[in-house]
Amino acid sequence: MDFITHHLQEIYFVLFCVFIGIEVIANVPAILHTPLMSGANAISGVILVGAILLMLRVPQDDYLNLTLGGIAVFLGTLNISGGFFVTGRMLKMFKPKK
Amino acid sequence: MHAIIEIGYLIATLSFLGGLKFMSSPKRAKTGNLIAALGMVLAVILTFFAGTTETVPYTNLIIMVLAITVGTLLGKRLSDKVQMTGMPQLVSLFNATGGGCAMLLGLMEANQIKTEITHFGNQVLLIAGLTTGAIALTGSIIAERKLAGTVKDKRGRAVIFSARILLALLLLLPTLYFLGFIPLDFMAFMYILAIIAMVYGVLFVLPIGGADMPVVISLLNSITGIATAFAGFVYGNKAMIAGGIFVGAAGILLTLLMCRAMNRSLLKVLAGTFKNNKTGQIEEDQQIKEISIPEAALTLSFVQKVAIVPGYGLAVAQAQHICAQLQQLLEKRNVSIDYIIHPVAGRMPGHMNVLLAEANVDYACLKEMEESNENMKQYDAVLVLGANDVVNPAAESNPNSPIYGMPIIRTHKAKQVIVVKRSMNKGYAGVQNELFGMDNCSILFGDAKTTLQDIVNQLKLL
Repeated sequence: MDFITHHLQEIYFVLFCVFIGIEVIANVPAILHTPLMSGANAISGVILVGAILLMLRVPQDDYLNLTLGGIAVFLGTLNISGGFFVTGRMLKMFKPKK
Repeated sequence: MHAIIEIGYLIATLSFLGGLKFMSSPKRAKTGNLIAALGMVLAVILTFFAGTTETVPYTNLIIMVLAITVGTLLGKRLSDKVQMTGMPQLVSLFNATGGGCAMLLGLMEANQIKTEITHFGNQVLLIAGLTTGAIALTGSIIAERKLAGTVKDKRGRAVIFSARILLALLLLLPTLYFLGFIPLDFMAFMYILAIIAMVYGVLFVLPIGGADMPVVISLLNSITGIATAFAGFVYGNKAMIAGGIFVGAAGILLTLLMCRAMNRSLLKVLAGTFKNNKTGQIEEDQQIKEISIPEAALTLSFVQKVAIVPGYGLAVAQAQHICAQLQQLLEKRNVSIDYIIHPVAGRMPGHMNVLLAEANVDYACLKEMEESNENMKQYDAVLVLGANDVVNPAAESNPNSPIYGMPIIRTHKAKQVIVVKRSMNKGYAGVQNELFGMDNCSILFGDAKTTLQDIVNQLKLL
């Protein structure tokens, strides 16, 4: 309970995000569903931010966490860059007739 | 400094939202993708500034810069190389990386925190992020392998049963842990949970049938988003929370759309049950008419409006380019062409549109199922390419059919239908198609690609 009252602001924020997200995404036409999904996939790579925050705190001689963190940063980056590049490539193909 | 960073994260969050918003029109979608990508770069750069107030060891920075460089280059390379038919695999693979990152964050955090001072709520969030991430990681890898065809569906009762047990454990163990029944330290406990969740991810995707893949892929995408949002909560980072939730919402929405398009509940898809067809109830004496290639070419070239219904057969045969060629030839003869696309055509939501776009088909020609069903009568001829269940009138007329209630493209209402298929074998749902016996329908036997090529050759001669 204490946790909830402490984080009330975040909870409001989450609820707003849910509503706004659904509103925005529901308007995407079926023709763009694949790019939507891979673009969204790239956005979920924002988890990289968390990986960087953690890596900035890891002590220099904590090899276990340095390894895990290195892999996490690599995976997060791959998710982001791959996601945006592949979405861009798909969208380039959607062109109207000249 | 602090304020600048907060504002920066706000801009990044808005850019994600704007990027998704711009996806609602093909003209602006490219800009949207760029905006979201720039927002992401901003968020990452800000994070370095936000965290580097104290002295950060050089080793850590070097590792990160290396990981980011290699990750970016590899992502670029993989996306440049992928074929459009292989797109669902690649999206699954990228999704796995996001899940893997979330899982590793949970493990690292568990290695570092002191449970005495870390709030109970934060521990719950860490567990939630770790398990969802681990499920998305292995689940997406299995999905990728299934799409690539190297892992087959496993519907054994043992698989389904063990999956349920593991899911129960994932819910039960944390409860027992917090009640003090499990005498392990938090770190050891997290490693155990990670392993259970990874095994669960595998068992969860294994039984799901090949044609249900659009549902699974969007669901796994959604799970990664949710894992990101959990992690965002732990760090109190709004860009992470918002980004994660937008992705979670998109995934859930697409999942439900796909389920509706197949008239199946999410639970049924997840349980992997579909093959209990009632073939006995369908009469087998169907009179079908065959049509030859020259006849088909003539029919298509001497009418005004033709619709093409592309299905899985077209995607598998990679016939989209020849299909576009056919369109050009017919348009020269003043035949107008529309493509009518069922929501589950292809192997992920909207996949067929991408394949056609790759073949330079103008997106104004791509029609959604609902709008074309209303004016189906205006089509002089419909060419069905390797789609079976989605044009089966039994879905509307035969309550005993396993696909009854599934939204279909009402091609039987058009003046004439030509169905290209390889044999009279049944489609995925395992039911006979009433359409094939109808008066206005004729069958053209052959593989989608070779048949289209033959029609194109005929048209050039005409």
